[in-house]
Amino acid sequence: MSTATPTAATHKDYRYAPVSFWRRYVFSTDHKIIGVQFLFSSLLFFIVGGLIALLMRTQLAWPWQEIPVLGQYIYGSTGNILSPEGYPALVTMHGTIMIFFFIIPVLSGAFGNFLIPLMVGAQDMAFPRLNMLSYWFMVPAFLVMIFGFFVEGGTAAAGWTSYVPLSALPDMVPGSGMGQTMWIISLLLVGTASTMGAINYITTIVMLRAKGMHMFRLPMTIWALFITAILVLLATPVLTSALLLLLFDRTIGTTFFLPEGGGNPLMWQHLFWFYSHPAVYIMILPAMGMASDIISCFARKPLFGYKPMVFSIMAIAGLGFIVWGHHMFQSGMNPVLGITFMTSTMMIALPSAIKTFNWLGTLWQGQIHLTAPMLNALAFVSTFVIGGLSGVFAAATPVDIFLHDTYWIVGHIHYVLFGGSLFGVFGAIQYWFPKMFGRMMNETWGKVHFILTFVSFNLVFFPMFILGAYGMPRRIADPYNYTFLSNLQGTNQFMTISAYVLALSQVILFVNFFVSLYRGRKAADNPWQANTLEWTTTSPPPLENFHALPVVYRGPYEYSSPEVEEDWLPQNRELVPAPAD
Amino acid sequence: MGGLIPGASTFAGPIDSLFMVVLIVTGVAFVLVEGILVYFLIRYRRRDGGKATYTHGDRRIELTWTIIPGLMLFGLALYQYNTWIDAKIFMPGSDALVVDVSANQFEWEATYPGGDGLMDTPDDIKAPINILHFPVNRPVIIRLTSVDVLHSFFIPALRVKQDAVPGRTIMFWFEATQQGEHDLACAELCGLGHYRMRGQVTLESQADFDAWLEDLEARSQGN
Repeated sequence: MSTATPTAATHKDYRYAPVSFWRRYVFSTDHKIIGVQFLFSSLLFFIVGGLIALLMRTQLAWPWQEIPVLGQYIYGSTGNILSPEGYPALVTMHGTIMIFFFIIPVLSGAFGNFLIPLMVGAQDMAFPRLNMLSYWFMVPAFLVMIFGFFVEGGTAAAGWTSYVPLSALPDMVPGSGMGQTMWIISLLLVGTASTMGAINYITTIVMLRAKGMHMFRLPMTIWALFITAILVLLATPVLTSALLLLLFDRTIGTTFFLPEGGGNPLMWQHLFWFYSHPAVYIMILPAMGMASDIISCFARKPLFGYKPMVFSIMAIAGLGFIVWGHHMFQSGMNPVLGITFMTSTMMIALPSAIKTFNWLGTLWQGQIHLTAPMLNALAFVSTFVIGGLSGVFAAATPVDIFLHDTYWIVGHIHYVLFGGSLFGVFGAIQYWFPKMFGRMMNETWGKVHFILTFVSFNLVFFPMFILGAYGMPRRIADPYNYTFLSNLQGTNQFMTISAYVLALSQVILFVNFFVSLYRGRKAADNPWQANTLEWTTTSPPPLENFHALPVVYRGPYEYSSPEVEEDWLPQNRELVPAPAD
Repeated sequence: MGGLIPGASTFAGPIDSLFMVVLIVTGVAFVLVEGILVYFLIRYRRRDGGKATYTHGDRRIELTWTIIPGLMLFGLALYQYNTWIDAKIFMPGSDALVVDVSANQFEWEATYPGGDGLMDTPDDIKAPINILHFPVNRPVIIRLTSVDVLHSFFIPALRVKQDAVPGRTIMFWFEATQQGEHDLACAELCGLGHYRMRGQVTLESQADFDAWLEDLEARSQGN
């Protein structure tokens, strides 16, 4: 009964209007351009954060050694050698950049922006100008954080968690002068940008879905981005408030967190983790959603347990707000609270387990195409399993007495964030690249990148669990100072060399990316024969996305449907034509 | 592999066995999930002409793999309670030795009770910086403070870790079971000297401990 041609204004010219380069690519309100802006800037910070990680790994393998050739450029002012105050700064900036400038912007900023309107069948975001503003709040955040490297005393050095009093008192470490203030201001800007994005995503998903796109016909990517946006909206104001209080403590003499004036240092931890534990899910849920779509597409099989998958995401988000205390088991927080936080933390493993089982269920009796995006999505599942299971040890409060703040935790977070989120991002880049840029990435080099990355990733990060079992604390510049760690230098050197391989492997991805941008094979509209709406428009999509707004007839996972001969059935294909009369 | 480094306190037994319990449970889950994943990738790899099985899931399967892991995780949480309560909530009785430990950038300073055996009396004895001695087979209560930033009192062999928070005195306890020399590490980032904030811990018999304390007292009075 639906009309064959939707009611969108068909007289409209869908080519890009002849606006200036600046309006089109820099100050653009087009969600696709903004998504690509987020993608490029976050990948840039991925490189910066990665290089900082290599400096840390180098120090752990060969502490206090002069770095040949490059040393004069990196540590020129301290005799080509890392200084003791330099190491906490490296630790701080690696964490801060990877979390706030890479993982969160690449997932929500890049893929959230690019995919939400396309996958729900909208012409753009609900608030295009707010969307542009969101990106232009990130740019000063980038600049302020970079500027922090060059102020007196250097950049912030109190850890990405910036625990007080270290971060509150300007004379505690060299970097806690101006650098720490820059860190706070930068994160205030990031938080504002995230909040604007979240409002936009929620509104777009609720209000601008195409005709027939019920909530339970949304792809998992959109569900994940939707729930993530709700998390951002509820959690970020708490971080913003905490950052402002910290800024006041540092600049105008308040003592919210300082015991001298009756403040409580633990209050910072409560506020910080009340944001940052949900933020852990902000950093993984979108990758879960994208991996679900990629796995279903390349298994050519409907996603197993769509609704349980949706409810699992909701459960993760809900429970995510009542587990923050597990970061504080040894902090001096009332240990009775440790019992409740342990129980809620154990239970949050359940929805993640359900998701894993459903991914396996999706593969069962599928027709699995091991393409480069699929390999990365599968790596997401297999490493996320290790990340999740290693978290159970730390959730068990008595075991956490030993493991807390050791390399066990470093291994855990990297299996979740690098193994999980980053493989999800690698898969998503290669999966949606044709839609973003109209060209295919090279499949062979994609596989080479995948294999090298997967192997070297495990060689870098799995030994961290062994270091953790030895009790090696995080964030120490020279472990061999301790007798119980003095035999671990060989292990650390092995990990560092693996980290060099891991970093070099990323060169393959970047070369593949940029060569494909100009030389890649032209992409068809639907190169993967996928069902979701973004594949029904051209590659790349025109301004306002669709030549005619799509009408949706079914869910996104009708692969191998018996209703049609092919093994895919797009969401917008009408099977029973309107009765001809 | 195969567990944590050797322990030397009464906590080592229960904590290490809980570690092994979690290792076994997660190890079985790991082997099952990764094994099934690899098996499916081989068994259901792309075949020409075929179509995948068209199914959207199964309610009974979903319930099974929700309820069983749910009960296991909840059980695993319950199973931890006693050790946690014993280690962090319970405090030993009056036979315990009470020691004050103060942390600062980047040192540990311990204060021991003097001849009267009581803390907070004029004869309390300050040990040299970064030197700590504890008797074995006797509960020790640490009253931990910090004078500047956060630190964390971590003796891996004793399975104790407790953050030091300025403005607060936090009490925790342990009972060493084996004599020996161990490191006290700082486990909370406290600034540029965090990595070298190392205390030297000697676990010794009560008699040796008493002798050490007497010697310390004599030397402090001699000065």
